[in-house]
Amino acid sequence: MAKRDRLSGNEAVAVALRQINPDVFPAFPITPSTEIPQYFASFVANGQVDTEFITVESEHSSMSAAIGASAAGTRALTATSSCGLAYMWEELYIAASNRLPIVLALVNRALSGPININCDHSDAMGARDSGWIQIYAENNQEAYDNMVQAFRISEHKSVRLPIMICQDGFITSHAVENIELLEDEDVKAFVGEYKPENYLLNPKCPLAVGPYAVTDYYMEAKRSQAEGMRYVETAVLETAGDFARLSGREYGLFEAYRLEDADYAVVMIGSAAGTAKDAVDELRADGEKAGLLKLRLYRPFPAEAIAEALKHVKTVAIMDRAESYNNHGGPLGADVMAALYRAGSRVLAVNYIYGLGGRDVRVESIKEVFAALKQIASDGRAGEAYRYLGIRE
Amino acid sequence: MAVSDIKKLGTKVSWKDLTEGMMIAGAGVSREFLTGEWSSVKPQFDERKCTQCLLCTPVCPDSCIPVVDKKRGAFDYDHCKGCGICVKACPAGAITMEGVE
Repeated sequence: MAKRDRLSGNEAVAVALRQINPDVFPAFPITPSTEIPQYFASFVANGQVDTEFITVESEHSSMSAAIGASAAGTRALTATSSCGLAYMWEELYIAASNRLPIVLALVNRALSGPININCDHSDAMGARDSGWIQIYAENNQEAYDNMVQAFRISEHKSVRLPIMICQDGFITSHAVENIELLEDEDVKAFVGEYKPENYLLNPKCPLAVGPYAVTDYYMEAKRSQAEGMRYVETAVLETAGDFARLSGREYGLFEAYRLEDADYAVVMIGSAAGTAKDAVDELRADGEKAGLLKLRLYRPFPAEAIAEALKHVKTVAIMDRAESYNNHGGPLGADVMAALYRAGSRVLAVNYIYGLGGRDVRVESIKEVFAALKQIASDGRAGEAYRYLGIRE
Repeated sequence: MAVSDIKKLGTKVSWKDLTEGMMIAGAGVSREFLTGEWSSVKPQFDERKCTQCLLCTPVCPDSCIPVVDKKRGAFDYDHCKGCGICVKACPAGAITMEGVE
């Protein structure tokens, strides 16, 4: 039996972790993710989990400890935000190249500078090429559900790659919502036991992890790692199928909201998609064919499925909650436009930068985007494709 | 139990056959790892010029010049990386570097 509870996004993720009862959790606090290890530390103190909780002196160390623990053969995870993720940079690539299924609870926050503690996706977007799987949540329920599914995806035998479970700083991490929790034993059974084939603490077969790769091997190693990424979509969908049978909640690579017959679409990631749904509903009530594509899996990028879902729309706005400083748009914009181009799409596309450093995104803001999309469709020209939303001119 | 799989980490191996994450299962396997594959030149030994001074043996960073019965033996090309230090160390000019395919 599922039970309802009112929890912040951080607490919801911490509860999922209590139910998973991982082996090792090294952590260093940083706003707005601090509450995840804080709640978890209370579970450790109360004897509700038997996790080895390690307080380390930095994020460089928390990820290093998670790597060591995972290589040793345990189920390991950590949590961070913003500059904490930046400080893990070196280790992120090592975790991925060593094919260690580590989970990172990432609470998205702007990178400095200027220094800012509020939500945007610049931290995660910067790590998009690190070889980690990235899954994003719109709300607290999704943050909880994604965490329950995380290890199944990451540990999938054809994948074996680390995974970031992302949620928006403060907007979901600190806002309290009514959500539905699974029973502890159901989560435990769903996640299952972790049984790696090779691990450092196996006395029957010693192991070397992370050996040097000279030029003769490096490219082959990278290509081999890319093969793991190719199975992620399958692992995500398989896991989501089992999760739906358990919880009744359906997940995919992305959510298509009133997109089927839409003329105008926005593509976005994270909590602002909830606001966009309200904008879509209001526009639909006025007879406008507005739709939304809310991305759940961002790395690897489900390019073909996205292009297919957008093939009938007249115009599309891709919404980036991060700058890329390339003078022509953000990271999601580049990915979606490349996907459309490769699919031979002729849809007129523009790319908005929005919501940086916690800048509020309102229903009116998204309706403004849809108004621009309608204008573009009537002009037959996209015009400036690199735009800022909600900026003081 | 996994067996030693270091042979998969050779320069002729396809990316499909590498170990996952290039991990190496099994202990004490460095002898099986053929670092000699890395070199583009190899030392050639001219026994007629060699005075058996044995200066080449201790300078080899990869221990590829064995001493057998107080005489230097053949190069261990499976592990020689072709650094050429032995050529510099040889006072008799008995070692030269030759390119390899």
